[in-house]
Amino acid sequence: MPILQSATALAAQIEQLYQQHSRQVLATLIRLLGDFDRAEDALQEAFSAALVQWPQTGVPASPVPWLISTGRFKAIDKLRQQQRFVSDGEVVLAQIASEEAGDSFALQMEQQWPDDYLRLVFTCCHPALSLEAQLALTLREVCGLTTEQIARAFLQTPSTIAQRIVRAKQKIKAAAIPYQVPPPQQLAPRLQAVHKVIYLLFNEGYSMPCQQSAPDDGMQQADLAQQAIDLARQLLVLHFDTESCGLLALLLLQHARRQARFTARGELILLADQQRQHWDQAMITEGIRHVETALSSGRIGAYAIQAAIAAVHSESPDSASTDWPQIHALYQLLYRLEPTPVVALNQLVAFSMCHGPAAALMQLAPLLADEHLAQYHLLFAVAADFHRQLGQNGEAINFYRQALALATTNADEQFLQQRLQDLAAK
Amino acid sequence: MKYLCLVYSNEQLLHSLPESPKDAECQAYAEQVAHSGRMLAAEALQGVATATTVRMRAGQVLLSDGPFAETKEQLAGFYLIEARDLNEALQLAAGIPAARVGCVEVRPVRQLVV
Repeated sequence: MPILQSATALAAQIEQLYQQHSRQVLATLIRLLGDFDRAEDALQEAFSAALVQWPQTGVPASPVPWLISTGRFKAIDKLRQQQRFVSDGEVVLAQIASEEAGDSFALQMEQQWPDDYLRLVFTCCHPALSLEAQLALTLREVCGLTTEQIARAFLQTPSTIAQRIVRAKQKIKAAAIPYQVPPPQQLAPRLQAVHKVIYLLFNEGYSMPCQQSAPDDGMQQADLAQQAIDLARQLLVLHFDTESCGLLALLLLQHARRQARFTARGELILLADQQRQHWDQAMITEGIRHVETALSSGRIGAYAIQAAIAAVHSESPDSASTDWPQIHALYQLLYRLEPTPVVALNQLVAFSMCHGPAAALMQLAPLLADEHLAQYHLLFAVAADFHRQLGQNGEAINFYRQALALATTNADEQFLQQRLQDLAAK
Repeated sequence: MKYLCLVYSNEQLLHSLPESPKDAECQAYAEQVAHSGRMLAAEALQGVATATTVRMRAGQVLLSDGPFAETKEQLAGFYLIEARDLNEALQLAAGIPAARVGCVEVRPVRQLVV
């Protein structure tokens, strides 16, 4: 029995439905209507209809299927009106209208929702789209951010982002990128593409201090790190995969440190110097649970190993009592899967924690000669740090200066400048 | 959907690398695609030295020796296929033996609006 309620309470309820379920409605409408833009129009139409009708009729018992069904009918109406002007209108209409919409509609919608969400994720993260298009499209369609929020997060103008999204949708349509969950034999590489998008989104958010003053226009700053975690969690719920599990664990364990990573002035605090009591224990517990699941599945991937490294850090009360030999062994394992110079550098840092900076310095030469690392500020920061620990201040200053010249974020620059000042004071 | 799969490769290297496909392998793959019912046409091309480019300007036919554009990699052959969607087209394209030494550009065919 529908319950009638006050207008403000109803508006708030509809707003909440939009927050929680608009992506679900959209994902299903794209499948039913076969087109992103048509589905987005239908989504808006459905919510507008709810605002008009529900004050009279009350909220339906199953509001989500009601919204999907209403959106679909609105789209069919619109197509009928436009039929003469749209070249493929008739064909599309015949396809859409033939979809069953009887009593079982609500049940069907509930059952198909997980697949529809995955269809949306896999389509937005399709490797035939450019990586930046995948990121923008995922934030817009899967996370429901506005173009303005995405633009702000990537320091781009809204029109650049809007254009990126329009082009991506055009390619989806013109090249017939299918709205489907990839078949089992193609799933592994396609999941990797999704993981990459989620990880890049997280890093984009993670590289910024978390407590930023609210922008003057009052527009809410999108928390990309949190969006990425929500996405990873949803992905894992709907489709279990070891690396999805490892990825979620990694994001949680890194995000657990967010309150301790920056000073109040936005300066970076290194892992060794962080106040570990400010790490989010609940998040660490959840992260460790996912690491254990990922590691016990037998097929260990790069995200799971990185999560295991983060877990070792999480379990030690301070830097000195960290199980560095274990971290070094994990980096060796990671290097076997991902033989990149960045992993090699991390392995070397762990090595220095086990055997001291002098032994580590002896192994630094090949990395300094690696052209892939020539622009990587952390290599020079690490080299500087080894020299600083050995009291070789002249060499340390040289390397810190090189690192500073290559640093890309304010937080990194501030940190390196501080180190230089400290050394100059000696 | 029709897709044109354009096989590009450095033609100096196409036949001379250890992983270069032999004609028999290319023929076998083309037959395999044909048997799956998705082949509309496929051909290997002679080298760009044999190309002639045609332009029509102010009613005059202008000919020039060589390909439309000098590039590092040249068009070596093509497949015109019928595929359900881009995923199927990409899968077929990935199987083209020359993809190991060159690359395959997959382009959806545009329906003329008439």
